[in-house]
Amino acid sequence: MSLLQVENLRVELGGAPVLQDVSLRVASGQIVGVIGESGSGKSMTALAVMQLLPPGARCTGQVALKGQDMLALTERQLCRMRGRDVGIVFQEPMTALNPLQTIGQQVAETILIHEIVSRAEAMARAARTLERVELQVPPTRYPHELSGGQRQRVCIAMAIALRPELLIADEPTTALDVTTQKGVLDLLKQLVAEDGMGLLLISHDLGVVADMADQIVIMQRGQVVETGRFCDLRHSYSKALLAASDHVPDRTGAGSEAPLLQLRDVVRDYPTPRKGWLGKPGRFRAVDRVSFEIRRGENLGLVGESGCGKSTLTRAILGLEAVQEGTILLGGQPVYDGQRANRSIRRRMQMVFQDPYSSFNPRHRVGRLVSEPFHLLETAPQGVEKERVIAEALESVGLQAADRHKFIHEFSGGQRQRIALARALIIRPDLIVLDEAVSALDVQVRAQMLDLLADLGDRFGLTYLFISHDLSVVRNVTDRVVVMRAGRIVEEGKTGEVFENPKNIYTKQLLATIPRLPENA
Amino acid sequence: MLRYVLQRLVSLCLSLLVASAVIFLALEIVPGDPAAYMLGLNAQEDTLAALRDELGLNGTALQRYGSWLSGMLHGDFGISYTYRTPVAEMIGDRLWVSLPLALFALGLSCLIAFPAALWAASRRGTLGELGVMGMTQLGIAIPNFWFAMLMVLIFAVNLRWFPAGGFAGWEEGLFAGLKSLTLPAVALALPQASILTRVMRSALLDTLGEDFIRTARAKGLTRGQALRRHALRNAMIPVLTIIGLQFSFLLAGAIIIENVFFLPGLGRLVFQAISARDLIVVESVVMLLVFAVILVNFTVDLAYAWVDPRLRGRR
Amino acid sequence: MRRNLILGTGLSAMFAGAALLSFFWVPFDIGALDIANKIKPPSGAHWLGTDHFGRDILSMIMVGGRTSIAVALVAVGIGMGLGVPLGLAAAVQRGGWLDEGIMRANDLIFAFPSLLIAIMITAVFGASAVNAIIAIGIFNIPVFARLTRGAALGLWTRDFVLAARVAGKGAVRISCEHILPNLVNLLIVQGTIQFSLGILAEAGLSYVGLGAQPPVPSWGRMLADSQTMISFAPHMALSPGLAILLTVLGLNLMGDGLRDLLDPRLQRGQR
Repeated sequence: MSLLQVENLRVELGGAPVLQDVSLRVASGQIVGVIGESGSGKSMTALAVMQLLPPGARCTGQVALKGQDMLALTERQLCRMRGRDVGIVFQEPMTALNPLQTIGQQVAETILIHEIVSRAEAMARAARTLERVELQVPPTRYPHELSGGQRQRVCIAMAIALRPELLIADEPTTALDVTTQKGVLDLLKQLVAEDGMGLLLISHDLGVVADMADQIVIMQRGQVVETGRFCDLRHSYSKALLAASDHVPDRTGAGSEAPLLQLRDVVRDYPTPRKGWLGKPGRFRAVDRVSFEIRRGENLGLVGESGCGKSTLTRAILGLEAVQEGTILLGGQPVYDGQRANRSIRRRMQMVFQDPYSSFNPRHRVGRLVSEPFHLLETAPQGVEKERVIAEALESVGLQAADRHKFIHEFSGGQRQRIALARALIIRPDLIVLDEAVSALDVQVRAQMLDLLADLGDRFGLTYLFISHDLSVVRNVTDRVVVMRAGRIVEEGKTGEVFENPKNIYTKQLLATIPRLPENA
Repeated sequence: MLRYVLQRLVSLCLSLLVASAVIFLALEIVPGDPAAYMLGLNAQEDTLAALRDELGLNGTALQRYGSWLSGMLHGDFGISYTYRTPVAEMIGDRLWVSLPLALFALGLSCLIAFPAALWAASRRGTLGELGVMGMTQLGIAIPNFWFAMLMVLIFAVNLRWFPAGGFAGWEEGLFAGLKSLTLPAVALALPQASILTRVMRSALLDTLGEDFIRTARAKGLTRGQALRRHALRNAMIPVLTIIGLQFSFLLAGAIIIENVFFLPGLGRLVFQAISARDLIVVESVVMLLVFAVILVNFTVDLAYAWVDPRLRGRR
Repeated sequence: MRRNLILGTGLSAMFAGAALLSFFWVPFDIGALDIANKIKPPSGAHWLGTDHFGRDILSMIMVGGRTSIAVALVAVGIGMGLGVPLGLAAAVQRGGWLDEGIMRANDLIFAFPSLLIAIMITAVFGASAVNAIIAIGIFNIPVFARLTRGAALGLWTRDFVLAARVAGKGAVRISCEHILPNLVNLLIVQGTIQFSLGILAEAGLSYVGLGAQPPVPSWGRMLADSQTMISFAPHMALSPGLAILLTVLGLNLMGDGLRDLLDPRLQRGQR
């Protein structure tokens, strides 16, 4: 008999079905991966197993854990099972811990809730559990003193403190940096092997799950599309997902020799708050003597983990902030001359942002949003001419001219990124900075967006600066790559060469984290 | 932690200094000479000069500010223009009414608000919650002096349970004193309790929506356990702010209620002093109240640090 | 919770309408004294009874509403007119000297007991409706400045503001085009709340005799007049108090309703 057996599970939220006919099984010691794009119902499935669904949810079907029907249990019985028989780790480690309690207390609470033991003994056991998850900080620390990866280990410790038979991990590594991700996944694998737990691993990333899971469940729009071993996946949706996650767009242009953007010894310092009343304000060097160049028509990848100085560098390149040392030249002219940004240079650069939701003013119509960069022009098009340019920009990214009368909330995430691209294109810049521009998109939409970028790049002779932490995307679309860490450039070279034969130890670490899909899919 | 306290202390002293300067300047620009006001229109020039000298009204503004400030540091608030008694004594007497009244009202407010907020937050979407929230709407909208008048009508005039006004004095015994402060305290507490209930309820509901509550539930805590062990302390941060604000408001804002009940408190003292152009009294009482507000804010800051480890570790 | 909005708007509109109507028509002239009919309980002719001068209380309440509403409304206008630009300016350079200066000045105003200072202002410069407006308005400034700054700081970190900067727009233009329009909902809600607080404050001031001066009627003054007669003429105290209570309640309900109505749409637009 399976440890967890879900049969014909159906969940309705406010009358609308979010899960239909979901069936899956997890056996002891088995890792089952649940894969799906956002909104596919994978997290809802996890919450249904825990019976922690949002208020107003109606749940029917069968969820049997160790032979107990979870849907038939009372709230009191459920509380007794949660934490003892089944543990869960959520996506966001930054908010999953109570900021006012020490991590030791929070792990010990799992024990104290379920067993009659003294506080001291619970704390001692909590400390041992924290050691088990390889956390190298004392249990008296508070969550805010820990990094994201460390916090996620605390969350895992809370979930496994009582050695539950089933562990659910809902996107446990999505919010973490790539180098941290691997450590957390390895830990989960190790715990499963040691305790013989069943693990239900939920992710949007096939790569994360593929080489860990014994069984894979693919979900789409609240339904299970296919269940099976990774190499046996046959369903067209599964295949589309697989293909899209490693998509290489067609591109002709590979760049000329003439440099478009040149950075020389760029330094960007931030003042830090002064220490005490009389102390001097300190300095934080976010970008430390960075030099590189982008040739016209080339795609350059800028890779690094969060906090490495990518965003600061981007703002400096766009001429939004002054640099303390060094020069940034576009077409041989400085982007920031003396006191203010150089307007004639700035109109040759535009940007696309990561979050398709926050990069548009929700109160403006698409036409006004898209035409905002006209502000940079000496003589902006007016009247009919303006309408024509807006329509042209929208059509070039695959939208309709009539879309200019709509508000931004009427569009999906992928469409919004297209609108962002239209906004960047409308003044025909030379350089477009793409700051994690496809990271928030589902794999299939991402693949389409990459194709569009490649097509437009060829058509308008654009140069792209790809800023990303997603190494597989960078590998597939860039000509050259620059690796950044703690404000410095640690490696630079042709994309193929860097990926095949990294020189720097940090680059090697980064590349080792790229999840590799098993062959023959 | 020590650093945090020291830092707060320095900023407390600075605020006091700035506030005293503002108060002094504000009263400098008030039209009218207190000496002339006291002696009437037909006063002799030399009597006026003598009185000015006695009241310390001569000298440059800076000198007078300095002597006022140094006097206050020694507990000498000067002599009242109208009553010719030390201001410190007058304030001392009134403080024995205002301070207990403020504490009484604040206590009542917390006593009503805490259980009401917990009850409303844990029964989300029920008729009971709707009832509590409806009551708080009424409590906020009711003008407290009108509520006081109605209470006088019912509990003093008709039922004769409490005195209609005046203060028995603490010499008459604790019970008599508290009895004459009960109706004013209830009148003051009702709107405050309503505000506190609403703030606390929404703080609790906000915290209940946090991820760490879901984590706690996943550990096997019941809804109630999660509320008490995790949500309550996190929700205390905005609640502490409001309690601090309310205390300073109660200390100073009781003027109107003191008027309704003819209580000899600080508010009425200022009110009378303003009408009589007794500026030194006004100056001192306002300074004292500002001091109280700033002190309360300081205490609230310390309480934050006690509740929230993130502040303790900072710098 | 549309119920809140409908009920609140209805109540507020009723009192505002009555105050407006009083410019053209009142049941009885409140300037004329009618000592023969003084202190009469509610009747067919005088729906809410008469006061100690024989004036019709319903008419007094209608005319008195003008003062309350005008004082509170102008005070909110002062608070918004000065507080919002200050808050917007403070948010432009977070932690800069302007921000520090504005916020410290705000803290300072908050440290002064508001009612006391209002009483001081009106007492020193004379009791009048104008001085009451100034006294209440001053304390509205930091409320709006702080609210605007807090919300604007959040908006300044959003990508659409960065997009506008990439499009070469300056701080003033961004504040007007992108920040302010996204604050409108918040300001409407806070405006309603400050409006209702203003009505309570005006009532308090005129109760202690520092608001509008006789013969201009005001709700607070009517309550003060009724206090000595409350044991034998409770109707004189009941109706002005209820007028204040219901107006404030209406405004608060309207504020709550507006927040519920405006919030989800805003979130749907952004999220």
